[in-house]
Amino acid sequence: MTRKLNLRIWRGDSTDGGLQDVVVEANEGEVVLDVIHRVQATQMGDLAVRWNCKAGKCGSCSMEINGKPRLACMTQVASYSEDETITVTPLRAFPVIKDLVTDVSFNYRKAMEIPAYEHPKELAPGEARMEQVDVERSQEFRKCIECFLCQDTCHVIRDHEENKKSFAGPRFFIRIAELDMHPLDMLKNRKRTAQEEHGLGMCNITKCCTEVCPEHIKITDNAIIPMKERVVDIKYDPARMFAGLLKREKRN
Amino acid sequence: MTNMERHNYDVLIIGAGGAGLRAAVEAREAGLRVAIICKSLFGKAHTVMAEGGAAASMANVNDKDSWMVHFRDTMRGGKFLNHYRMAELHAKESPDRIWELETWGALFDRTKEGKISQRNFGGHEYPRLAHVGDRTGLELIRTMQQRIVALQQKDGRETGDMESHIKVFAELTITDILKENGKVSGAYGYWRESGTEVLFEAPAVVIATGGVGKTFKITSNSWEGTGDGHALALKAGANLVDMEFLQFHPTGMVWPPSVRGILVTESVRGEGGVLTNNIGERFMFKYIPDVFKDKYADNEAEADRWYLDQDNNRRPPELLPRDEVARAINSEVKAGRGTEHGGVFLDVSKRIPADVIKKRLPSMWHQFYELAGVDITKEAMEVGPTCHYVMGGVEVEPDNAAAVGVPGLFAAGEVAGGMHGSNRLGGNSLSDLLVFGRRAGMGAVEYVKNNGANPVSDASIKAATARIEAPFSREGGENSYSLHAELQEVTHNLVGIIRTGKEVEEAIEKIADIRKRSANVSVAGGRKFNPGFHLAFDLDNMLLVAESTAKSALRREESRGGHTRDDFPGMDSKWRQVNHIASFDGKQVNVKAQPLPPMPKELFELFDIHELEKYMTPEEIAKGGSN
Amino acid sequence: MSGVFSPGRAKIKERTLRTDKWWIEPAITFGVLFSFIIYATFRAFEGANYYKDHLISPFYSPCLSQACVPEATIFGFTPVSAEIFNFALSPALIILIFPLGFRMTCYYYRKAYYRSFWLSPPACAVAEPHTKYTGETRAPLILQNAHRWFFYAGLVFNVFLTYDAIISLKNVEGQWGHLSVGSLVLILSSTLLWFYSLSCHTCRHTIGGRLKNFSKHPLRYKLWTRVSILNHYHQQFAWYSLGAVAFADIYVRQVATGAWTNFYFF
Repeated sequence: MTRKLNLRIWRGDSTDGGLQDVVVEANEGEVVLDVIHRVQATQMGDLAVRWNCKAGKCGSCSMEINGKPRLACMTQVASYSEDETITVTPLRAFPVIKDLVTDVSFNYRKAMEIPAYEHPKELAPGEARMEQVDVERSQEFRKCIECFLCQDTCHVIRDHEENKKSFAGPRFFIRIAELDMHPLDMLKNRKRTAQEEHGLGMCNITKCCTEVCPEHIKITDNAIIPMKERVVDIKYDPARMFAGLLKREKRN
Repeated sequence: MTNMERHNYDVLIIGAGGAGLRAAVEAREAGLRVAIICKSLFGKAHTVMAEGGAAASMANVNDKDSWMVHFRDTMRGGKFLNHYRMAELHAKESPDRIWELETWGALFDRTKEGKISQRNFGGHEYPRLAHVGDRTGLELIRTMQQRIVALQQKDGRETGDMESHIKVFAELTITDILKENGKVSGAYGYWRESGTEVLFEAPAVVIATGGVGKTFKITSNSWEGTGDGHALALKAGANLVDMEFLQFHPTGMVWPPSVRGILVTESVRGEGGVLTNNIGERFMFKYIPDVFKDKYADNEAEADRWYLDQDNNRRPPELLPRDEVARAINSEVKAGRGTEHGGVFLDVSKRIPADVIKKRLPSMWHQFYELAGVDITKEAMEVGPTCHYVMGGVEVEPDNAAAVGVPGLFAAGEVAGGMHGSNRLGGNSLSDLLVFGRRAGMGAVEYVKNNGANPVSDASIKAATARIEAPFSREGGENSYSLHAELQEVTHNLVGIIRTGKEVEEAIEKIADIRKRSANVSVAGGRKFNPGFHLAFDLDNMLLVAESTAKSALRREESRGGHTRDDFPGMDSKWRQVNHIASFDGKQVNVKAQPLPPMPKELFELFDIHELEKYMTPEEIAKGGSN
Repeated sequence: MSGVFSPGRAKIKERTLRTDKWWIEPAITFGVLFSFIIYATFRAFEGANYYKDHLISPFYSPCLSQACVPEATIFGFTPVSAEIFNFALSPALIILIFPLGFRMTCYYYRKAYYRSFWLSPPACAVAEPHTKYTGETRAPLILQNAHRWFFYAGLVFNVFLTYDAIISLKNVEGQWGHLSVGSLVLILSSTLLWFYSLSCHTCRHTIGGRLKNFSKHPLRYKLWTRVSILNHYHQQFAWYSLGAVAFADIYVRQVATGAWTNFYFF
């Protein structure tokens, strides 16, 4: 079954741009990325859009569809009513390059700031033994496909450009949590640096990152809040404060 | 040449998938300066799509496993057309490559003893695939990506600049590999974002660009799988080996149309998924070839028992090598026993409890639920063959991955040929990336140490620039999108899963015609992130690949692995003795036969002589391998 | 111009292009929380109608002030004077800080009021009105880190309120073994409070979340998995327990003023 679809696409670059209306055919079962591709092949040969796998596994086709950060390949056209105009814009937290493509280099810079995994020196390759229950928490975070929708929706940087320098964002809080919960990681100061260097305290846990995550990672409940609690452990815990009179927390 | 950027490195790596990144790690750890080129963003490479796992005979689950068994399985899967040395290196080294990932932070699923868990897969005699649910490829690419970052952080501490020794150039396309005095001197390309041209001067170039799936209409590959590396190597004077062999993965999604071709991992069958036709028949029992009769169950009762007791039962025929299953599905559909949308049913819901399905196959559940509205814990999936992997590729020296005939050029991963013979086993791809990615890195290091810089001449730059400018200077030419669609139609219909000599000949003509017309492709819009412009180059590459495939397919008058000729349905030992070598003379692709290197005695003797008799001529058997 | 209107970002004049009714959720949250605050403030200052026939309002328990009705105290333990600096202090005001603090610093309520009261942000991908934002990095919001202190205090309060629920199983004459509507109300509110506390993120963390290796602590791991299940419903428990506590107070007040009669089943 084919129908006409009203699509409104943002076109332009970092200097100027605006929404343009197009009418395009949509077939049964198609996703928004399909109709964007049809527009590209038939009406706007130079329409810029990023995509790769078209199966929700690579996290390339992140954009905002009717104002919500989403993967275009995982958004069914049928989820909108027949008379509805579907508006697609680039991610609004990052600088636009052209049309639906934004400059997400912020995220790669932040990735380089998170200290890497540190394997125990005495454990040769093949000698590691880890229980399944011990790796599961970190495995959840390693499901991340780096679509950066959580980064896009996070108001800390979306609404405050100036915070970008001091805030790593949800994607990298789950990376920090993954490493802090990794049963073998040897680096000890992850909690303190999460708070003092990567801006964990900037997060006011309004949970938008969790809402938009296409992998359904419980970013807030399973990574950010546990990390905030781990920071409390080393900085604000009442029991430890009393004990701290005797022994100060040096590690972590 | 306005605004051309210039960079100078020791090693240039084209492709940031598993093989490219592993090569980069190796070259950096040997002290060299490395540039990594990715066509899309860093970490999006097609490696993320690999679901099932990485094959390595760690023997964590079944202690009877060893490299010898893995080697045998690989050769058997490839129908003995594999380069024996590559299969040997791969089987021997993959456990170390997997364990190494763990020291970089990878978190594989575990056994009860806390070791890396391993799962069953088609063609592997023992549970052998290290995995993380069904997102193993993602784990691999992320681990490698994070390893690169770790090395950059180390460089940052030592030199003050994190990018002093490894720099990732994301969203950059390479259009030419440059040579001076017969040796590699660098590469030329453009930033996809701005269209600005970039020159890389580097004495060693590693090609790790992956596959060619986008040449075909129904494929599991992303837009990146346009055979860039295959074409770059051809144009640089290297050879492509065995390009007729393409793997059609038996289980791609068939419905809805927009997801047609997207992969349904083989683990679904490994975990107990059953294939049935529209009359409810479990048809795979009808399609067990003679060479596999003693390894696969011929009745349902035994097949079902195998999941509980693998030592005393033969495996279910759903786990036959991919080419066998793909052909079987194809035959069922052709015989009118397919589903409404032209596939067959694959069902796990009747054998495995819903919560176990969700735990073992999370992304499959997710994929079907979100893209097709099918809950695989309750209903069957509809599946059919999809173009998945190219066994053919750049002809390389097994030990250092050096491209034959071009000093300074290396190739690893899917773009390299030889390792998988006529058909790749599931799970052997991820370990292939690691083993030969590392070897390509080592090869490049050794080459650079012995050869040093090879400056690029102005004439080479000029020629490369002219090529990039061409599509903009033409007017009124054809649209690259429609030419691409036309090419896909030709390959799908005429050089697809089942071929005949006549159709392949027709394809060769049509491809030549499209190529002629593609020389006139013109591009609307500017250079800035212009997909029409990008596709114009990709199209050129795909045409060379399609031509190589069609011409090789025409010559091979037998059916073997990923090459099925309706007019020559049997496997012929005579044809096992040759590889097809494609080369490019600047105008067209030429294909010639080349004798396969004979297996040395110690490897030959790993096989049961009766098994070898199915593949080899009596004279070969009598020789008993080379010395 | 900052935020989504910063230079370099795609030029779109709307603060959001969302077409759904994103404002409903923060509006309801605002309405309910605001009503509760008004009511609770009124009740905290009222200083009366909190005790009747073994029923004590959760707003006034434990009653620690010398101003307390003697029956409402715990064995007459009243360490706090009725007045501070000549200001008559309602017994509720002395203790209010604890349950209030627990809820104010709760990870769920933070989301709820940051969105609905402070509009930071009002909903996902809807631009917030503030020009500056520092999150919970400095005073006063850095005090959110005291959640754990309030969690411990909350557990103590739960013990008192459970004790109150048990006391309510007396009849007017003080004999045990009777059940009234008031007892049910107190039992319900104290039970929901336990669920609210046990499902709390801090509870989940202290019970096992802070461990690096679950396999070395099988019991705590087991508890952690249970608390994790509860934690999934923390938002629901937050609202149900708030409603139940408010209703318990209203019920006690109505009985105390004589507007309602506490019905005894037996």
